[in-house]
Amino acid sequence: MSDDDRTEPTPAAYDPQGRPFLGYHPDDGVAVYGPRPTPLHDEHVALGATVTGFAGWAMPLRYGSDVAEHRAVRTAAGLFDLSHMGEIRVRGAGAGRALDRALVGSLSTLAVGRARYTMACWPDGGVADDLIVYRTGDEDFLVVANSANAEVMLGQLHERCAASDVEVLDETTTTALVAVQGPAAAGILAGLVGDDAERDAVVGLRNYASATATLTTEAGPVPALVARTGYTGEDGFELFVAVEHAVALWRGLLAAGEPAGLVPAGLAARDTLRLEAGMPLYGHELTRFVTPYDAGLGRVVRLDKTDDDGAPLDFVGREALAQRAEREPERVLVGLEVQGRRAARQGYAVTTPDGVPVGEVTSGAPSPTLGRPVAMAYVTPGASAEGTELAVDVRGRAEPVRVVPLPFYRRS
Amino acid sequence: MSDLPSDLKYTAEHEWVRAGEPVTVGITAHAAEALGELVYLELPAVGDAVTAGQVCGEIESTKSVSEVFSPVTGTVVEVNDAAVDDPSLVNSDPYGAGWLLRVDVEGDAALLSPEEYAALVD
Repeated sequence: MSDDDRTEPTPAAYDPQGRPFLGYHPDDGVAVYGPRPTPLHDEHVALGATVTGFAGWAMPLRYGSDVAEHRAVRTAAGLFDLSHMGEIRVRGAGAGRALDRALVGSLSTLAVGRARYTMACWPDGGVADDLIVYRTGDEDFLVVANSANAEVMLGQLHERCAASDVEVLDETTTTALVAVQGPAAAGILAGLVGDDAERDAVVGLRNYASATATLTTEAGPVPALVARTGYTGEDGFELFVAVEHAVALWRGLLAAGEPAGLVPAGLAARDTLRLEAGMPLYGHELTRFVTPYDAGLGRVVRLDKTDDDGAPLDFVGREALAQRAEREPERVLVGLEVQGRRAARQGYAVTTPDGVPVGEVTSGAPSPTLGRPVAMAYVTPGASAEGTELAVDVRGRAEPVRVVPLPFYRRS
Repeated sequence: MSDLPSDLKYTAEHEWVRAGEPVTVGITAHAAEALGELVYLELPAVGDAVTAGQVCGEIESTKSVSEVFSPVTGTVVEVNDAAVDDPSLVNSDPYGAGWLLRVDVEGDAALLSPEEYAALVD
């Protein structure tokens, strides 16, 4: 048999996670896949973005200066591609109740057109993911999961809703998610909504409310679910559209926003914006080893949920969380203001000024708005009072820090 | 890396050296771009001794922090205060206004030609 007769198995164009086939590894000949591009990948490349792998996706880290992108969001507007987020549809009779059992929050009491920040926990009370759940119909919910947790959440929702008569559908690959964030966001978006009633509805949306609207773009009309949600500490909107409309929407928003100072913004700016706003990020402040109470988010756990007969409703993690709610915390999530210039970053040890360990930094960076480094950290309760002087071991040198209230930044 | 100045020498840790007495030291555009906009530089003081291949400072962006390795052995005779005040100079003009240190060099250091450095980062 000659070499020419040898048949190589044809690799799949995409692996089971949807990541594209890139080629064969030169050492062992194994097919190499991934990171998967978002529907806006070519737009990012054309805009000169630095693209980075994030949770299996190829994402724009920054287009130029991440600090300039951060400031644009604080003073004008920024445009984010969030198509890596997981969108999971839960629908059918009893969908609200099914989510009441699957998640720690009360979703059956959510009004149609409203959204809620909530979490899924494991039976031991550890956080599986933090989520935003949109009620888009009486029996229709959209669960938005962190990209790193999207597959786990899809599996968990299937499992946790199996006893109910509801469908759990992964819409991640068919949905594009774009966010317009900043004080100019509402004006920019209003200019793209042609219908007067829809425009009034969009501009009048309360926080954590959503509406459907058709946006007028050069490439044609784009139907969107528009929600007044975000992750930057600014006013802003998140727009869910079908993937085939992603480019039209992106270009339409960029063109409409440019006169108002809107710029495309990458994951680097998104991270410093949410840090200044004191918002937790899964993998940093939230992990399967902390409970919502540890993160100061015990309010999302609704131990008072009841079923139709008024009896306490069981949900995944209830027993462990009920016990945890009664106990004094072992650790507290705090804000730290760094006195010097060197940033305290994730994983760095927090100590007393004398060097006694009291905790660990979960997120930290130089704050573009404050002009000095800020951090979030888990510390022992005794070290958590506002004004407590502590230190962070920044690569072998103790940097003085002070416990300050969260958030670091609040829009005026 | 078509924009690598041909009159400079380089290190594998992404520093550049401009010949002279003293030599001028900075970081490459490749390194500056990889870090993102720099917001803080920690550099040695005038009079400090630096050793080739040893850490002599830190450069920090919002997203990450990186050590600066001295490409040469000698004594620091000047620090770019303008870049310390406005680290984004390192991003906007890494081979010019964004230089970091001037060093009185003792002896020779093993440095890379532009071609050798380009081969590392391409």
